[in-house]
Amino acid sequence: MSSAEFVQQIINGVSLGAFYALIALGYTMVYGVLRFINFAHGDVFMLGAFSGYYLTPRIMPHFQGAWTPVGVSAVLVLTMLICAAIGILIERLAYRPLRKMPKLTVLITAIGVSLFLEYGGQFVFGADPKAFPELIVDHALEHTGVLTITTTQVAAFIVTIFLLVALTFIVKRTRLGMAMRAVSNNPTAAALMGVNIDTVVSFTFGLGSALAGAAGILYALSYPSIDPLMGLLPGVKAFVAAVLGGIGNIPGAAVGGVILGVVETFVGGSKFSTYRDAIAFALLIGILLFRPAGIFGKMQAEKV
Amino acid sequence: MKSFSRSKLVLLAALSFVMAASTRGQDIVVGEFASLTGSEATFGINSSNGVELAKEEINSGGGLLGGRKIKLVVEDDQSKPGQPSSAVKKLVASDKAIAILGEIASSRSLEAAPICQEAKIPMISPGSTNPRVTDVGDYIFRVCFIDPFQGTVMAKFALDTLKVKKVAILTDVKNDYSVGLTKYFKDYFTAHGGAIVSERSFSGGGTDKDFRAQLTSIKAAQPEAIFVPGYYTEAGLIAKQARSLGIKVPLMGGDGWDSPKLSEIGGSAIEGCYFSTHFSPQDKNPKVQDFVKKYQEKFKAMPDGMAPLGYDAMMILASAIKTAGGTDAAKIRDALAATKDYDGVTGKITIDEKRNATKSAVVLQVHGKQNDYVTTVAP
Repeated sequence: MSSAEFVQQIINGVSLGAFYALIALGYTMVYGVLRFINFAHGDVFMLGAFSGYYLTPRIMPHFQGAWTPVGVSAVLVLTMLICAAIGILIERLAYRPLRKMPKLTVLITAIGVSLFLEYGGQFVFGADPKAFPELIVDHALEHTGVLTITTTQVAAFIVTIFLLVALTFIVKRTRLGMAMRAVSNNPTAAALMGVNIDTVVSFTFGLGSALAGAAGILYALSYPSIDPLMGLLPGVKAFVAAVLGGIGNIPGAAVGGVILGVVETFVGGSKFSTYRDAIAFALLIGILLFRPAGIFGKMQAEKV
Repeated sequence: MKSFSRSKLVLLAALSFVMAASTRGQDIVVGEFASLTGSEATFGINSSNGVELAKEEINSGGGLLGGRKIKLVVEDDQSKPGQPSSAVKKLVASDKAIAILGEIASSRSLEAAPICQEAKIPMISPGSTNPRVTDVGDYIFRVCFIDPFQGTVMAKFALDTLKVKKVAILTDVKNDYSVGLTKYFKDYFTAHGGAIVSERSFSGGGTDKDFRAQLTSIKAAQPEAIFVPGYYTEAGLIAKQARSLGIKVPLMGGDGWDSPKLSEIGGSAIEGCYFSTHFSPQDKNPKVQDFVKKYQEKFKAMPDGMAPLGYDAMMILASAIKTAGGTDAAKIRDALAATKDYDGVTGKITIDEKRNATKSAVVLQVHGKQNDYVTTVAP
């Protein structure tokens, strides 16, 4: 492998990992606050892609020429709002009534919600793959002639970094973020201190789902074929990325996503490309054997 | 007690008489399974449209076997493994189909074929090109050419028309069709002076959407063309990512590319690439032009290669039922096996001793939604 090819594969891997990271952030946040894995997260990601698919032809004609970036931001922000609303609605209807139930009940409900969104999506949108509109023109930004990086890759990377920083800021520096950390630490004590648990949980779901919506649009821009089952595999991989980085840990999710993307890319580019997922996942199992709580996770002793 | 059983007997006799009489004017049930939804939806929808068009023509022309109409029962297999077998079991057991039409994707035809073979119900695949499909047994037929031929066509085309010697291959390992085409392409290409400079693979059917890793290593091998024997969804994405990585050489594929979605997904990236298929709507043959006209009238769309295959499959079945003079499965099978020089929309069809159709292939060049005819390659 030449050094140019090596660097190109790193670029490919990091930009693939950025998607996993963006989806993983949503998983990790909900887990951090509620200690529960929202399996419908990958499907909110799918709804984000479809929201972009339907919004683009309605919004973009009003923003031509120099206004294009405004239009793109409008599509992105509207999609994030729609997905946030869907996330809050899912929590309100499906998860909140079960909050006092054993965690397993909620987990199985989450799988049910996931299947409902997937097959409901097939009913509403149709099951055939649709071509995602070219929201931003995907062209290679060639600098050296050997290495290429495309506009959508750069956009995905910038948006991911921006959202990661924004998220960290919200969690660490705002009152709601403090409430989120308090609920995560001890929900009963937080409630006794006057934290409105319902608001905090709704906010968490809304934020996580908005991230999934943004990821859906960016993913569809890079891989412009969308269908109602498209959230399944990225969802699973993002979940793995979240576990790898240490579930509940925000920078961990980002690092986990990038590691997964890079490993997958290097295996995919080698002659073992057939075993891409198998080798990538075997490596993850290896890492978890040595660090069971993930790279950034802290081991917590169970109090008996 | 005695009188009761007698009346029951009379009733039974009357009932069986009514039933026997009704079979005479009864519809002939033909089952079809197709990928009407899912990642290869245009294959199922368009081949099914072709079947429907043929059925309507047969029925409006007075039906078969002295006025019996064809009743078509269509099952959707969602482009998913596991679905074809349950669909075909239902068609055979519950709908009592006398013959089965389907599928385009070889993996799914291979799943259904053993069920038809065991039930001794003739099955005709409109467009599965993997050789193993008809190897399942003597009740399994197809009306299209097979991959050894199709792979050879593209290898010949690369050597003789494109004049390239160094080719890279990107195979969908989850797909019998893609793996088969890769093998036959490679055999012919390397035996005639060409070299395969890089071979990479991916998982199709919506699993993989990022091919940059494979394409980056293919780019480093500097091929003069890339053979991508997958289906249209992946081919479109692969073309996009290849172009964005700065790969400028043409991509080539097989009939799995033949879908209006190819250029929708691939956009300008797939323009000018080549694939082999069964028919070109630009063909001047009056039979083809007549079909294109009727198809456009009914479905308001241009037929791709899968539509006329569905049409031909239904028509060949109808002609076999006519020859058999009834709906006896064994007789229909024999009539199908004896098909010779049937003048179909996709060319003259002769069923060989392995129940495959021998006929020519066309090579098309992607040009927007309409693909330009490049050349015909005879068997």
